[in-house]
Amino acid sequence: MARITASVYTSHVPAIGAAIDMQKTGEDYWKPVFKGYEFSKQWLKDQKPDVIFLVFNDHATAFSLDLIPTFAIGTAAEYQPADEGWGPRPVPKVVGHPRLAAHIAQSVIQDDFDLTIVNKMDVDHGLTVPLSLMCGEPQAWPCPVIPFAVNVVQYPVPSGRRCYMLGQAIGRAIRSYDEDLNVQIWGTGGMSHQLQGPRAGLINREWDNAFLDQIINDPDGLSQKPHIDYVREAGSEGIELVMWLIARGAMSDVAGGPKPKVAHRFYHVPASNTAVGHLILENA
Amino acid sequence: MPLDKPYKDVPGTTIFDADMSRQGYHLNQFCMSLMKPENRARFKADERAYLDEWPMTEEQKQAVLDRDLNRCIALGGNIYFLAKIGATDGKSFQQMAGSMTGMTEEEYRNMMVGGGRPIEGNRYVGEKK
Repeated sequence: MARITASVYTSHVPAIGAAIDMQKTGEDYWKPVFKGYEFSKQWLKDQKPDVIFLVFNDHATAFSLDLIPTFAIGTAAEYQPADEGWGPRPVPKVVGHPRLAAHIAQSVIQDDFDLTIVNKMDVDHGLTVPLSLMCGEPQAWPCPVIPFAVNVVQYPVPSGRRCYMLGQAIGRAIRSYDEDLNVQIWGTGGMSHQLQGPRAGLINREWDNAFLDQIINDPDGLSQKPHIDYVREAGSEGIELVMWLIARGAMSDVAGGPKPKVAHRFYHVPASNTAVGHLILENA
Repeated sequence: MPLDKPYKDVPGTTIFDADMSRQGYHLNQFCMSLMKPENRARFKADERAYLDEWPMTEEQKQAVLDRDLNRCIALGGNIYFLAKIGATDGKSFQQMAGSMTGMTEEEYRNMMVGGGRPIEGNRYVGEKK
């Protein structure tokens, strides 16, 4: 049977991708950001996941205003890096896992969550930057990736509670897959940041760290946090953090198992306009 | 019953909800079109002519020509869509965000290096700074 071994949480700031692609990781500005992922790169090599289930948000790339799925699961064999306006990132194509993805779609939809099934899409920095942070610059990504896109761009966006419960359904789906696979679930985006208007540049360090504490120790309580708190306290784009609750909901303790182990925790300000948060939780 | 919009009292912030989306549909779809290199080239060659191909309001077109992102947002633009204009111009996301704050590029960059805009005084409209 497939098992979820760990969850990874990270920001997916586009400027981080640009810094990697333009060989700027050694600059003073960027050094502290990438130092926070040195442990993680080695950790990922040691863990050797068979599949990564990667929760991210599309940034007006695959989905325009013509079609806005709240939750979309990628069931394709592969995905190309998107051209977000400055040409596609020079990173490997993303290989999917159509069989497991289709299994998860069937299980989760029958578990009463309405997913949109995506057989063709390009993936933007929301998906490729976390891979770059965790893998460096390989010729090919280390394993297949199932992209899972969440609408946090146009309101109404899903609540933290909905995301947390969806994560539980995804956890059940993965654990019921009849093949021995080491699966990781990644929640990406955030932490506090605001990219628009006169309040742009907002950072709430205290709130971010309280969020990190609570997602480790009290995800159920955290999932009750209303949208307005994210917007007011963490900035208009801080709402991306609800995606972390999908990954957290899939962990074993939520289904009655033991508490996860905190393998790594990192926080830094700034990367471009944002705070960077990163967490690795391992199932016991 | 009107929709509850508790986010109306967050200072300097426009939430991209269904009303804004409806207002900004063509503006944002124009932005999406800049994801294709051939469209970027056509836009750069003659911005006005390219904008005139879209059923945007004159105000929206002028806001794009002026690169006035705050105005674009007030007229229904969304920052993730508007970012395609910045990408076409070769601007970083930090330059774009900074341009909306009334600060110089250097002031904004320094604020971020210094830990960002503080939350104190920035939670509610009218809160004392």
